[in-house]
Amino acid sequence: MKRAGFTTRWLPILLLLPQLSIIVIFFYWPAGHAVQSSFFLQDPFGFGSTFVGLENYVGLFQSSEYMRIARFTVIFTAVVTFFSLALALLLAVKADKVIRGAKSYRTLLMWVYAVAPPVAGFIGLIMFNQSWGPLTRLFGWFGYDFVLGVNYWDTAFAMMLVSVWKQVPVNFIFFLSGLQSIPKTVREAALIDNRSATGRFWDVTFPLLAPTAFFLLIINITYALFDTFGVVDTLVKGEPGNNPMTLVYKVYVDGFRGNDLGGSSAQSVILMLLVLALTVFQFRLVERRIHYT
Amino acid sequence: MTEANAGAMAAAALAPAKRRRRLRGATVLDHVILILGSLFMMVPLLMVLQMTTMPDIEVIKTGPTLQLGGEFGSNFQKAMFEASGFSGENTGVSMLVNSFILGIGFAVGKIVIGMMAAYAIVYFRLPFATFAFWVIFTTLLLPLEVRILPSYEVVQRMGMLNTYQGLIIPLIASATATFFFRQFFRSVPEELVEAARIDGAGPVKFFIDILVPLSRTMIAAMFIIMFVYGWNQYLWPTMITTEEGMFTLVRGIKQITQVMEGNRIPEYGRANLLAIIAIIPPVFVVIFFQSWFVKGLTESDK
Repeated sequence: MKRAGFTTRWLPILLLLPQLSIIVIFFYWPAGHAVQSSFFLQDPFGFGSTFVGLENYVGLFQSSEYMRIARFTVIFTAVVTFFSLALALLLAVKADKVIRGAKSYRTLLMWVYAVAPPVAGFIGLIMFNQSWGPLTRLFGWFGYDFVLGVNYWDTAFAMMLVSVWKQVPVNFIFFLSGLQSIPKTVREAALIDNRSATGRFWDVTFPLLAPTAFFLLIINITYALFDTFGVVDTLVKGEPGNNPMTLVYKVYVDGFRGNDLGGSSAQSVILMLLVLALTVFQFRLVERRIHYT
Repeated sequence: MTEANAGAMAAAALAPAKRRRRLRGATVLDHVILILGSLFMMVPLLMVLQMTTMPDIEVIKTGPTLQLGGEFGSNFQKAMFEASGFSGENTGVSMLVNSFILGIGFAVGKIVIGMMAAYAIVYFRLPFATFAFWVIFTTLLLPLEVRILPSYEVVQRMGMLNTYQGLIIPLIASATATFFFRQFFRSVPEELVEAARIDGAGPVKFFIDILVPLSRTMIAAMFIIMFVYGWNQYLWPTMITTEEGMFTLVRGIKQITQVMEGNRIPEYGRANLLAIIAIIPPVFVVIFFQSWFVKGLTESDK
């Protein structure tokens, strides 16, 4: 620590106390509890539990349903991440370029950030309403019968579209602020050296944006894995049935509806490991990021 | 500059008219893309808005149209003052109040606790400083979603189901604000502490009279981010609040949807209006405090 202004003993402890006690009670305790109960088989009626070792984990990896959900989660995450990043990058580059109306575009493109995922899901339900939803009609014009909540991939499509819609603004804001932090001198130099706008983008702008893009990649993966819970829950109308769902949603369904505490905890632990891996990956990227800026 | 490029530039200078036209074409394309993007963002909301003015029976027949209906007043009346659940407690007004309590309580709690902890970490010589740092910042790694079930059990055991404490405090158990303020405090010039000490200011006085006023912009930026985050919480309120009088707007959306689907004549007017009401406050905050919001978002790096 470079600075140590004060030497009072009791004050810093008093200052840290609220934060530390909340974290211990509501973070470490539950997290530890999840790890512990993932090794036990709980009686569904609450009559004690038996130690089963890794059985809960083995059971998960042998369950074809869990693997199918894991596969769907991977596809879902990839699609949502790719499209929300690509769309946001395109819009940010254009919004950075135009002079007239720049501020209005910025506002129009970022407000969806503040819409809650389940509300976005609700809007999705309206758009894909079976009898009069505008998007259902649009599909109808092309001769396709879109059935939300019945056809597996139709529901999946709606989930992805809503999730992308909800995530574009965050990426847009980050890309735009990344673009605006590129020094004017660099832009002018590039303008002189390379007359093609596309060439300039790929040779100069994109490499300078790469750190932002890496950072956003992790943010988007985390978003698609966890924050889309509300979107999924609204679009399947609380009835998972045969519908697509993500791993986080499965934790909820098993733990709360199915009362399978052991299995649900094991799933939580798997997700924790996944997040930890992502974070380690992110920290290494952030370290590399220093070289750019 | 290479010779080829110089040649190209000379050629461009020779044909100014052609170049200008091409430039304008590119600008038009930029605007077209931006307008399409804005429409992609706006149109769903406009459709829902239009539907709030229609009577439910019309909605079932036509869905969203281009014409404004005259039912906004009665839909608003229904959404705000008539309960949609079984207990009669979750009117729009009560959900709106709960949403504000959650959003503001979460933001204030997180900022106060985060600033205190960051101050202790940055400005004091502590024997266990490194340990405290790691204990606090490990929480950045695991989102609430992966430990919902055990967190629920803890809250249940403490008897905090269906209370505002149970709703807000567990959400505060992550160190985003602490991390943010730690970064900011470290960028405050060291001479300030020295000067304050020479003038005889103690740590409490320094914190309240110098550091807090200095952090005003940061606090505003954090408040906006945290308010929107708290307001938009869904999974945690869904589990913690089972009493309808405790529902927030976002929590209530699911039930609204189910009521909407279940009734003989689905209550689209009420559902659409409640969705709009759930959207307005956070969107308002984001739009009107845009520069603070963008600053808070991009500088906190999550």
